[in-house]
Amino acid sequence: MPKIQVNNLSKIYGSSPEKAIEMMENGYSNDAIRKQTKNVVGIKNVSFSIEEGENFVIMGLSGSGKSTLLRCMNGLNKPTKGTIIIDGQDISSVSKQELREIRRTKMSMVFQRFALLPHRNVRDNVAYGLEVQGMTWELRKEKAMQSLELVGLEAWSEYYPENLSGGMQQRVGIARALATDPDILLMDEPFSALDPLIRQEMQDELIELQKKLRKTILFITHDLDEALKIGDRIAIMKDGEISQMGSPEDILMSPATDYVARFVESVDRSKALTASSVMIKPRSVIYPKDGPMVALRIMERYGMSGLFVTDRDGAYIGYILAEDASKMAKQGERLLDPGIRKEAPVVAPDTPLAEILEVMAYTRIPIAVVDEQQKLKGVLVRGSVIAGLAGERREHDGFTA
Amino acid sequence: MDLLPRIPINRWTDIGIEYLQIKWGGGFDSLSEFLKGFIISLQDLLIFIPPALMILILALLAWRFINKKAALFGIIGLYLIYNVGLWGATMQTLAMVISSVVLCIILGIPLGILAAKSDTAHQIITPILDFMQTLPAFVYLLPAVTFFGLGVVPAAIATLIFAMPPVIRLTDLGIKQVPEELVELGHSFGSTFHQMLFKIELPLARPTIMAGINQCIMLSLSMVVISAMIGAKGLGGEVWRAIQRMEIGNGFEAGLAIVVIAILLDRITQSFGKNED
Repeated sequence: MPKIQVNNLSKIYGSSPEKAIEMMENGYSNDAIRKQTKNVVGIKNVSFSIEEGENFVIMGLSGSGKSTLLRCMNGLNKPTKGTIIIDGQDISSVSKQELREIRRTKMSMVFQRFALLPHRNVRDNVAYGLEVQGMTWELRKEKAMQSLELVGLEAWSEYYPENLSGGMQQRVGIARALATDPDILLMDEPFSALDPLIRQEMQDELIELQKKLRKTILFITHDLDEALKIGDRIAIMKDGEISQMGSPEDILMSPATDYVARFVESVDRSKALTASSVMIKPRSVIYPKDGPMVALRIMERYGMSGLFVTDRDGAYIGYILAEDASKMAKQGERLLDPGIRKEAPVVAPDTPLAEILEVMAYTRIPIAVVDEQQKLKGVLVRGSVIAGLAGERREHDGFTA
Repeated sequence: MDLLPRIPINRWTDIGIEYLQIKWGGGFDSLSEFLKGFIISLQDLLIFIPPALMILILALLAWRFINKKAALFGIIGLYLIYNVGLWGATMQTLAMVISSVVLCIILGIPLGILAAKSDTAHQIITPILDFMQTLPAFVYLLPAVTFFGLGVVPAAIATLIFAMPPVIRLTDLGIKQVPEELVELGHSFGSTFHQMLFKIELPLARPTIMAGINQCIMLSLSMVVISAMIGAKGLGGEVWRAIQRMEIGNGFEAGLAIVVIAILLDRITQSFGKNED
């Protein structure tokens, strides 16, 4: 069961939403609805689901309905139509008390402009949610300090928000959201108000934090680069509708509409794409005990100048060049071992292309993509990397070094 | 122009006042007794404190909340008042002003909260406040006397009518000015109405509310001479007597005493609005 399930959600602003909904269902445009009924369409028949522990990003420009959608999740906005089911409970039909309880324990929000209370010090800001729950002073102080440690601000607990930089203020905002230990984090453009460098730092920190905490995150942004970096899945919104939903690679490699394509054009692919999205399958590998003659024969068959060496379980060992293999064959070596180049470059599947390009510049041989268990997942050759940068998804049937 | 016969607002008012007096006269009497008891006890307390101690207290307050210069001004100003023999009258006036301001706060802040939270309440309250602030004081002085007799109580009520509107208006404004994101913050963490009010809205509105209370004090002081006409004593009474007897010098002294008190109270309450906790 997904953590959050949104079904056919619509939100109309105005005095006669029924009529607007009817027109919307009959296929009238937002403009036509606005002109005829004076109602504004905020969200238009949106459906999606978010799994537990997932980073779900909603990306869109201002007026796309992304913030409205986020605020429907915790009832700050009331949907006009449709359901939001969180842990099997429909948020739009719960009582006031139930909604308050859900807001106190199940989800918390991080705000674009931090929303820190200026009359409280950092610790008491972080403790706000706990205080509202009615927790004793001693306990909430302790929990607030634990939460501040998560974001590395425990030394600043006695300071007031005005003494903190923007990045630190937002860390306090995140600590506050985490203090109540909610399952769900609703993040409303949390890094948009920060300088670019601080923003990237905060993104990295959020990713690190999320590895530890595995919360379900609904993250709103207007920055596609940010969406691609943070999201496990991304929904791109325009005029209250979802234009496309999918993994960062789906969005980059096969934009569904012109609107999405225009966004994707401006993305720095070398940062957004990772090794796993441009690597190809090695056509063949060789095992150490196979000997130089076998290696040469395989290279000859596929027209390659080298081969990756793995053990029987697929664990990466190294790379053998054709010239080394033929030298060894002439010397009558029976085993490949002495010729294997173990210092050959290796990257992890989540390495961004930008870093791979650096490695690739200094080596002639293909780069192995190796996971945490040392398994060879794929290989990177110049052709596939350049194709990825150019925005093409081509099925390579082999590689040329 | 003469399409309608003269509308007898005057007679309606008379009848209304008369009706209220007959119907609620007892209630007004007991309210009057209560207020009188409160104001007189406060007066007695203030007069009971030796002038030297009182000057010291006020100077320390000024020092603590403003600065040394203000404290020095307090000592000189208050000593001057003592020196010209207006100490008793000043304490009477202070008791009146404090009582009126306390009443204004007790009534005004809840009304301001109500106006901020409900559009209907706001729409009802606003014209009443306009009425209270612009109706000439002499017009409601008389009904105040018919309900509460002569003395400090009708004076306090008249002061209340004149001085309460800024408390209501600025409480309303202060709460409405709380940034939308902070209101959302309160809701998103599941705050109740009370938590919202006491943990977020009122603390953030505090400087604005304090400005309202400051205005309230200033307006209360400006009512002391008018209050004196219906029997409240104090510095207003001194001024009023001096005017009637053409004693320009005595009038000036009493007026000066009012100014000293006004400046001291103004500076101290202004500093409450600025100081962070």
